[in-house]
Amino acid sequence: MNKKLTENLSPGHTTCAGCPIPIVVRTVLGAIDYPKVVTNATGCMEVTTTIYPNTSWKTPYIHSAFGNVGATISGIETAYQALQKKGKIKNQKPVKFIAFGGDGGTYDIGLQALSGALERGHDFLYVCYDNGAYMNTGNQRSGATPLGADTETTPSGKESFGKNNWRKDIMSIVAAHNVPYAATANIGFLQDLKNKVKKAMEYDGPKFLLVFSPCPSLWKFPTSQTIKIAKLATETGFWPLYEIEEGHYQINHIAKEKIRIEEFYKTQGRFRHLFKRKDVDDIMDAIQRDADEKLRRLERLSSL
Amino acid sequence: MKKSQKKIVALSGGFAIGEAIRQINPDVMAVYPITPQTPIVECFAKEVAEGNADTEIIPVESEHSAMSACIGASASGARTMTASSSQGIMYMMEVLPIASAMRLPIVMAVANRAISGPINIHGDQSDAMAMREHGWIQIFSENAKEAYDNTIIAIKLAEKAMLPVSVNIDGFILSHSVENLEIIDDISVRKFVGEYRPENSLFDFKKPKTFGPVTLPNSYFEFRKQIFDAMEKSLEDFKKVAGDFSKISGGQKKYDVIETYKTKGADKIIVAIGSVCGTIKVAIDNLNKNGENVGLVKIRLFRPFPSKEVARALKLAKEVIVFDRNLNFGSQQVLAGEVGEALGSNEKIRSVVFGLGGRDVFEKDIEKVLKIKKKQYFLM
Repeated sequence: MNKKLTENLSPGHTTCAGCPIPIVVRTVLGAIDYPKVVTNATGCMEVTTTIYPNTSWKTPYIHSAFGNVGATISGIETAYQALQKKGKIKNQKPVKFIAFGGDGGTYDIGLQALSGALERGHDFLYVCYDNGAYMNTGNQRSGATPLGADTETTPSGKESFGKNNWRKDIMSIVAAHNVPYAATANIGFLQDLKNKVKKAMEYDGPKFLLVFSPCPSLWKFPTSQTIKIAKLATETGFWPLYEIEEGHYQINHIAKEKIRIEEFYKTQGRFRHLFKRKDVDDIMDAIQRDADEKLRRLERLSSL
Repeated sequence: MKKSQKKIVALSGGFAIGEAIRQINPDVMAVYPITPQTPIVECFAKEVAEGNADTEIIPVESEHSAMSACIGASASGARTMTASSSQGIMYMMEVLPIASAMRLPIVMAVANRAISGPINIHGDQSDAMAMREHGWIQIFSENAKEAYDNTIIAIKLAEKAMLPVSVNIDGFILSHSVENLEIIDDISVRKFVGEYRPENSLFDFKKPKTFGPVTLPNSYFEFRKQIFDAMEKSLEDFKKVAGDFSKISGGQKKYDVIETYKTKGADKIIVAIGSVCGTIKVAIDNLNKNGENVGLVKIRLFRPFPSKEVARALKLAKEVIVFDRNLNFGSQQVLAGEVGEALGSNEKIRSVVFGLGGRDVFEKDIEKVLKIKKKQYFLM
């Protein structure tokens, strides 16, 4: 494999075919030209890259638990400050700190630890690879699961159309901590992701990236379609690309032609049940309205 | 060798630990408030604010994050400490065994307190007992002097054993009560604790390490067995470190894993942990003056449990009365069970539960208990 591509994460990990996780790790770490320490919440990324006695990580790496990646990176970054102050670190180049968590480890169980780390202002980059459910345990709903998705804990059935809540707006939660840089990204737009990592690393303090990461196994689409579906999410307005730089919002990608979110929903087995329902149009209209409103809000914020 | 300087100061147990932490000057300390531990972190935060220690403090948002931050810091090669109590211990319970499994020498002061529910902020040892099976060495203190000494011993012990250590003091009784104690000069303490040079660190970029990997049935067992072996070995580590410590603390008896008080030739021997041992010693003096023949075995090191030493001390006693300051539901009491295991039988053991939720215990209560012949007695 390409040597440059695998300089931080070696081949031989056990992610599923079509999984976006290696893309996220390699793109993010590849854009940071500094020595770096990585920490990772329990989840697919951790179980597929660290099966003892093997490890895919060529950077120092630590996994400790599910809901504490924000606190773990706080400890590492603080240790760095302490050891540097006491002259115990010989490295000339500054060290960068990166925390990876899935949506479960970020939106849900890890939210408190993340909030604490953001509030205390540690110097680190947090990367959430968002696949919209607990995939490591086999597709249970999270705060990031979109409306209508069929998951193991929000199964569709006679009395259920799947998840009956909107996604949590994690970006606004992060932005409310007044961090210097936060952005959404998408593995279908790699140059944009790279640029955002580089831009983030120019800031001291906490930085946050929310990366759209389609899961072929449990969104139920062919493994060859990961990038295509990722792109469609942004093209339909389901996953707008934007950044919040020192409080200023900016939308990074405007779709050339307006495609309805329905087209994104149609590509995945997790939404298949919706299209068998009589009220599918009502549901799709509601989803479209919600996305339109959110986009309008972003546009308003971007024009400030 | 220059002799260490000592001075007598008046401090609460909490502040005595804070003073020991100032002298140790750890690299990182995670702080979060919980009664009755709070005086420890407050005392230390003030020392840092005044420039008397250059530790980096992480004011975390929960105890789960306190221990998680400690894991990150310790894996980075920083000498790392924290402090907690009760619900804080319960809240960080998930990460306690991760700290020991990563073999991180984190030291945590624990001001022992009852656990909810119902909620109660006062002293008992339920929190310490709840963390006893998670690979943490546990040292208990009878008074502020021991709290101070144990904290200094704990740092060296943790790094020698490559296991985390908790230093326990009874909530309020020790954490908040002021006593006179002898402290050692800064230079001697710093020389004793020395520099921490970890074998592995997250800042080793030449040989990057993966901490906390996934293990399968073919390796998990071996990892757990290594913790078991390290814990067994740490009993001798404690003796060695406590022996070295006695050279700088001077003038006092070397700390052993247990302390015996008037056990020689005693018919009845009480076994207890923590501050109640002071009360028991006074009660024993009263009783023995009146013709009784009672002794005490004080457990200083609870994990690893010093079974051999306890068995030896209790061998000739006709009756063993074990005091538990915690209540174990659905089985025998924790310390009583440990002592029974050490003796190979609980035939001569009587179990007493006392002091839950901060209920006071006086000499007369101890004297009363000795007259009651119940196998299991609740001193309510």
